[in-house]
Amino acid sequence: MKADTGTLIRGGRVIDAGTGIDGRVDILIRDGYVAGVGPNLAAEGAEIVDASRSIASAGFVDLHAHLREPGFEQKGTIASETEAALRGGFTTVCAMPNTSPPPDSATQVEALTERILRDARVRVFPIGCVTKRREGRALAELAELAAAGCVAFSDDGSPVADGRLMRHALELAAALGLPLSEHSDDPVLNANGVMHEGRISERLGLQGQPAAAEITAIARNLALCEATGGRLHIAHISTARGVELIADGKRRGLHVTCEVTPSHLFLTEDSVFGRGPSPAYDTNARVNPPLRTESDRRALLAGVNAGVIDAIATDHAPHATEDKLCEFDDAAPGISCIETALGTVMTLVARGELDLVAALRALTLGPAAAFRLEGRVPGIGSLADGAPGDVVVIDPAVRWAVDPAQFASKGKNTPLSGQELTGAVRAVVVGGRLAFERGVVHA
Amino acid sequence: MLETAATRDTTSSPEGEHRWTAKDLLDTDVLTRADIDLILETAEAMAEVRARPIGKVATLRGMTVVTLFYEQSTRTRASFEVAAKALGADVVNLSASGSSVEKGESLVDTVRTLEAIGADLVVMRHGRSGAPYLAARNTRAGIINGGDGTHAHPTQALLDLYTMRRRIGPLAGKKVVIVGDVRHSRVARSNIWTLLAEGADVVLCGPATLLPHTLAGIGEAGSCTVTTSLDSAIEGAHVVMALRIQKERQESGLIPSMREYITGYQVNARRLAAAAPHAFVMHPGPMNEGVEIAPDVAHGLASVVEEQVANGVAVRMAILYLLATARSI
Repeated sequence: MKADTGTLIRGGRVIDAGTGIDGRVDILIRDGYVAGVGPNLAAEGAEIVDASRSIASAGFVDLHAHLREPGFEQKGTIASETEAALRGGFTTVCAMPNTSPPPDSATQVEALTERILRDARVRVFPIGCVTKRREGRALAELAELAAAGCVAFSDDGSPVADGRLMRHALELAAALGLPLSEHSDDPVLNANGVMHEGRISERLGLQGQPAAAEITAIARNLALCEATGGRLHIAHISTARGVELIADGKRRGLHVTCEVTPSHLFLTEDSVFGRGPSPAYDTNARVNPPLRTESDRRALLAGVNAGVIDAIATDHAPHATEDKLCEFDDAAPGISCIETALGTVMTLVARGELDLVAALRALTLGPAAAFRLEGRVPGIGSLADGAPGDVVVIDPAVRWAVDPAQFASKGKNTPLSGQELTGAVRAVVVGGRLAFERGVVHA
Repeated sequence: MLETAATRDTTSSPEGEHRWTAKDLLDTDVLTRADIDLILETAEAMAEVRARPIGKVATLRGMTVVTLFYEQSTRTRASFEVAAKALGADVVNLSASGSSVEKGESLVDTVRTLEAIGADLVVMRHGRSGAPYLAARNTRAGIINGGDGTHAHPTQALLDLYTMRRRIGPLAGKKVVIVGDVRHSRVARSNIWTLLAEGADVVLCGPATLLPHTLAGIGEAGSCTVTTSLDSAIEGAHVVMALRIQKERQESGLIPSMREYITGYQVNARRLAAAAPHAFVMHPGPMNEGVEIAPDVAHGLASVVEEQVANGVAVRMAILYLLATARSI
């Protein structure tokens, strides 16, 4: 460790929502924390990271990732998926509870925390279950989960369909000061849908998931949020109408936040069909909520640019080969995307579809504020003095082609294989230590 | 005649003559007019073979055709088996029940196993839309889609087109009504592509919950419209194709009752009276007589249902022959 002499990230364009800085300055990190941001900082003996021609930002915060451990180690482990997160620029990851067993009791959370302390390459916060075994029937012991260190509650891909249960969960979580991250979806309306209901689903003869299934669920959850005064976080929003509903909820002062995935910002339902004349039925493009229409995608981009959408969260979902090498109806939903997230975001910036400053806010301060993580780690998601020494250095111009074989993640499941992207993570400092640089992870 | 076709396609083909080159037949959506013409012309030759006293040839001798059926089927499977045997191929019939599929073998492993055993062509029926595409990507054997989920049934569409052409010649400008559960029909979907390629005016008709509304307006040569009114759809129609309605549609609440369906959408003599003179009625089978089609229509003069079945053998012979020939080039 060079903790004493520090690390100097020199000459980059520093963009930081937390401090409002946007300029070519240096970042000095000492003893694991940000010690200063300014022009021509002197730091004798410090390790120098040359960031000229690069962008420097606070480390990214992911509100929604699947680490798969315990229970699904063939898909991913805390070690493999946090290394993937590191390579993707994410220095903080909130782990979704769809593990086996799921973290629905303090005992499970403590066991998970032990594994995290042992194996994680970045900071990991557990998200606890809303209901026991994520079954949507009986509430988990929420206060106990909060005391064990959970930063939010969620049943992940299983929406809390029972409105009464959802209402009580919001009330109890509000008293604990924690948000409920809800996959807003009406399972009855969705029936056995496997992709967005529309042009492509009808063309391919696949059962559709109507946009209305998400929209009605968001409307219900907003009504319950208003009724209870609870803190509602809408996970991976995918519809244009959903963005409008959340904007309306925010205007009326509800404690509501939301996230969008880089996949939904970058791709549409057309990915299931593929680029050829004959349909691909690309199982790697199967995800919940489904990839939707181009007009939905544009509304999501506008939502990030306007700040209605608080966070870009990956919903990183690694799967084993056999989970995807099967019939479309039988394929596991989810995209391994934590290593391509920044590349897709920067490509959208390069195309003029996404505003750079807004996008970086949605990767740093936005998510940290949505889950009020500053209460746990002061300054997290920013470069304020005393903030954790987590920095991402981004090369905004480098062009590269996605090759899943190169992923650190065990999940090679991406519909972006072969896709050329503009912009990549060049270096990552975690807790003051240069942990990743130019494709190499430092042990 | 068959020998002529074989010669034409392999050795002494004049420059520029259209040939079949694709490994698989998965749907009709990628077929060009020339592909369709080639298949149907070849089917004419096959029909001549079938009309001979011994309706068999040895063209595919030494080739192995596997029928791999994950769903029940009578006519499609039997039709393919008769077609393959009429061409001299060895035929192996496999069903999902009683096979390694029941032991949890994946589709990819199954087709790779069939390839290793020596299958040249695999005729596949599967309940999942897109399953034959997965199979085709993972084997060198040629895959013929014998119906996948609610997606496609290309050989049915080609035999339907063959039947229509034989009856009324070119279909450009002809009105073809497809009535019933169009949204969940693989037969309808594959028919739409061939009919549009031919320049027909396709009208899709059924209860609102059973219509693929996003298909309205597609097509360049022909046109595709969607309507809930059978009486207006059938007016001046040259062809009326009734689809099988499944009881599950009522159970899952897509239609209030079979009774209401029959009232609105049964193809019967009264409704047919509004069609064009000499209009005829098709059905891919198996029929629910008295439901989507009135019994007197199903067996009446306007019905070509049995003709469809008979033509199916010739068209499937043509497809087997073209795919097999493409493999040996």
